[in-house]
Amino acid sequence: MTDNNKTAAPVKLKSYKAMERTSTIFSYILLVVLSVIWLYPILWILLSAFRVEYNGGYFVGTVVSHYFPLHYGLENFRRLFYETEFPRWFLNTIIVSSFTFVLSTILTLSVAYVMSKLKFKARKAFLNIAIILGLFPGFMSIIAIYYILKALQLTQTLVALILVYSAGAGLGFYIAKGFFDIIPNSLIESARLDGATNAQIFIKIILPMSKPIIVYTALLAFTGPWMDFIFARVILGETNT
Amino acid sequence: MRKEENYLPKSKFLRFFVRIGRFFKRLALGIAKGCVTYVKRFIDGSVGTKVTHVIMGFGNFWHKQIVKGLIFLALESGFLYLMIFSPEVNHTPIGGKAIANLITLGTTTGDVSSFGDNSMLMLLFGVVTWGIIIMFLFAYFSAIKSSYKADLDVRNGKKPSSFKEDIKDLLDGRFHVAMLTPAIIGIVVFTVLPTIFMILIAFTNYDSQHLPPGQLFSWVGFENFVAIFVGSGEISARFGPVLGWTMIWAFFATFTCYIGGILLALLINNKHIKMKKAWRTVFVMTIALPQFISLLAVRELLSVNGPFNSILKTLGITTTGIEFLGNADNAWTARIMVILINLWVGIPYTMLMTTGILMNVPKELYEAAEIDGANKRQIFHNITVPYILFVTAPYLITSFIGNITSFNIIYLLTGGSPTVSGGYIAGATDLLVTWLYKLTIDNTEYSTGAVISIMTFIITASVTLISYRRTKTYKEEDAFQ
Repeated sequence: MTDNNKTAAPVKLKSYKAMERTSTIFSYILLVVLSVIWLYPILWILLSAFRVEYNGGYFVGTVVSHYFPLHYGLENFRRLFYETEFPRWFLNTIIVSSFTFVLSTILTLSVAYVMSKLKFKARKAFLNIAIILGLFPGFMSIIAIYYILKALQLTQTLVALILVYSAGAGLGFYIAKGFFDIIPNSLIESARLDGATNAQIFIKIILPMSKPIIVYTALLAFTGPWMDFIFARVILGETNT
Repeated sequence: MRKEENYLPKSKFLRFFVRIGRFFKRLALGIAKGCVTYVKRFIDGSVGTKVTHVIMGFGNFWHKQIVKGLIFLALESGFLYLMIFSPEVNHTPIGGKAIANLITLGTTTGDVSSFGDNSMLMLLFGVVTWGIIIMFLFAYFSAIKSSYKADLDVRNGKKPSSFKEDIKDLLDGRFHVAMLTPAIIGIVVFTVLPTIFMILIAFTNYDSQHLPPGQLFSWVGFENFVAIFVGSGEISARFGPVLGWTMIWAFFATFTCYIGGILLALLINNKHIKMKKAWRTVFVMTIALPQFISLLAVRELLSVNGPFNSILKTLGITTTGIEFLGNADNAWTARIMVILINLWVGIPYTMLMTTGILMNVPKELYEAAEIDGANKRQIFHNITVPYILFVTAPYLITSFIGNITSFNIIYLLTGGSPTVSGGYIAGATDLLVTWLYKLTIDNTEYSTGAVISIMTFIITASVTLISYRRTKTYKEEDAFQ
């Protein structure tokens, strides 16, 4: 307010500034309220990890009526590491995710590049088929996939999961294709004039300049199996045997 | 001639049929052309090519392309072995017998002492065998083509390409073949094949009463479709409501998250707000958590005896606790809650995207508007909003489709509850996709599930095709090249 008096601003500007100030305050209040809503479950997950509570001698999990734990401790961690196969599960997840991300990154990028830069006969047809195939809900095919894997004697193995997660990668090429589309064609043409083959162009010119999209594709390919549980449940589970 | 080719009637409905007609015309022309080429190659080719029409790879031996010839010969003998001897996998033949089995889907029921026919595997292997036949035909024609090409090379005074040259060509002229083959194999085995299998299941009575092994199922034609659309049973009474709720859910889930995310991005992007990054991080944290952890936590928090209800109790709003997600008296409590909780999941995504777009609005637009004397509200209405809408239109379409087939939110939050009496497994908040999951994975009602997934596909496919074909990304695919 002192600032305004010094410059002797007109009344109209003053009220405008005051209005802006109240709107800023309201914005902050709104943001704080929203943040509380957004953090409420997340903090609870965090607190639950350290929750050590017994009810009549029985260990209490997450089914409680109070937000903050009555006692904090590392009991949950001890149980996870010593009473379950957690290290094994963790290793399995890492194995599946790593192989999947290598395989599907290669598949996605190669399809994306071919679709973007090489012109051949069935190109447009492949593009349209890829859109349509992606629209079928996956659950029905899970059953068929399960029996295909069983015929290959692969069910309840990690190999099966890796295959299932990476096999469809060829269909998810749209974003990477968008990236390759922006690379100028003249670059490829000049390389061809210098006598480079298509394989050389892809490996020596295109890939080194596509780091962002490689990282993006790889990240998606890694987190997919890392967070999925439906496929894992059906393919590794006992429900369908 | 060209003019006639491009002629399309004004009515969109008619256009569709004209397009289909043209597709079949082109298909027929293609097949006719293929036959002519086939005969022509047989008459025109060398002795090697003529024999290749019966023994694949012979023409390549004729021209001393030994490796190529061996590959083709191996393909043919493998195919013939499969078709004639029909080896058994899991006690079900694959190959020639599988084609016959595809028609009957099994005749003998097994018992303790012997393996009966397994209809499921017979159907699957029948589809696989058809796939193998198509692939074999493909190999057959390329064997003839390869031999004929060598003929022409000899006739033109060139040497037929050696195996080494063929491999080299795979890295250059036919690079797309080398790059696409692994991906296509993966797609065919794990996507196309299961999808065809699924579509076929819709025409069988593969349900909990006909479960192989042990029981047989058979073809029933359109019975399942009739039962769902015009039948008088529980399932046809349930299909409409579930479809309706799915569309309501998809509409509200998409637009509330969209508008909410844009508003939040604008709020944080306000120039008077400090520590923008910190605020954004708060909201982005929900993306970092796997949904099956965060959503299960939300479910516990909102349960009748959970922490949130105990706050409400101390505030005196309720005495017994509100059943947010399982209220059987009023299904809309759970439905509205699910849409609200979806905001918690979805808003951060839209916010992130809109933030990126807001940073990219061309500065000149704002400057020009300011020079013309536009005030803040006018600038917002006439520049910021249209720009965001323009850029995010494709996102809106994809997220609408994503919400039609969204599984995690409903499955993890409510599991479809509250239950509906006479609901045919589907609860009040079940979407088509979660219903499908319950029907197939939990209750082995595969044939009904298959019909529902075909319906889901038809809905998502029509939304996609109608909207995508109108976007610039599709029409002007080469705009930036």
